[in-house]
Amino acid sequence: MGSMALPQVVPVETPEVEEEPADDRPWVTIVWDDPVNLMSYVTWVFQKLFGYSRETAEKLMMDVHVKGKAVVSTGARERMEMDANQLHGYGLWATVDRA
Amino acid sequence: MFRRKGSQCVADFAVDEVRVLRKVAGEVVALMTDGMEHGDPVVDRLFPDIYPDRPDDSAEFRLYTEGDLQTGKIDQAGAILAALPDEGEGEVRLDGEAAEAWLRAINDARLAMGIRLDIQADTDLSTELDEAIMLDPGSSRVFQLSVYAYLGYLQESLLNALPEIE
Repeated sequence: MGSMALPQVVPVETPEVEEEPADDRPWVTIVWDDPVNLMSYVTWVFQKLFGYSRETAEKLMMDVHVKGKAVVSTGARERMEMDANQLHGYGLWATVDRA
Repeated sequence: MFRRKGSQCVADFAVDEVRVLRKVAGEVVALMTDGMEHGDPVVDRLFPDIYPDRPDDSAEFRLYTEGDLQTGKIDQAGAILAALPDEGEGEVRLDGEAAEAWLRAINDARLAMGIRLDIQADTDLSTELDEAIMLDPGSSRVFQLSVYAYLGYLQESLLNALPEIE
């Protein structure tokens, strides 16, 4: 560094501590277990609707079956509402909630 | 039961099967068109609240979406009626789109019947059927349980007959 004739103003880096607005938290689509839907049908719906691999779809289906529910998609609220609505079209029991 | 034939799912239906399928598809259409009301457990299961803890948000969402959802379910049941032979026994051939409509419509019918029959996670269908037959072999419950079981097998056979999803 050479000498400087003028005192340099060093920009102070202030870490951005902006609090994330609550609205930016992602939303999730949840599918709940029910006693009627066939396991093979639920797996097929997850593959068909979300483009999940058979392996992923089967894992999600088993989560629904064993744990009673599973998060099947995550994202913006409108997107999750659309997913849940489409799942209702297939007869799956879906709801939307914050992550 | 369905099997794969080329790119289609094919099944041969006896007279009684055609009659039963017409009846259940007709019942789904009737449910959608005859003054469907929330509070009916079948309607609440087919059109669940999207926000279980926020009835106002659920109701608002429903305002914009329920009509299309209803139309979709009517169309799906219509796909069953359209593919069945007009009378008597016959073969049904479904392409991919029709097979999907059938799967969804059979599922709607099973959901509705499952609620009415009070099917629970631990319900054993054959035990349930045996008990109903002991009580009264000619009862409506025996018939409904048989149809419910039949639709499950039919749906499973159609899922197995579908081409693998890429």
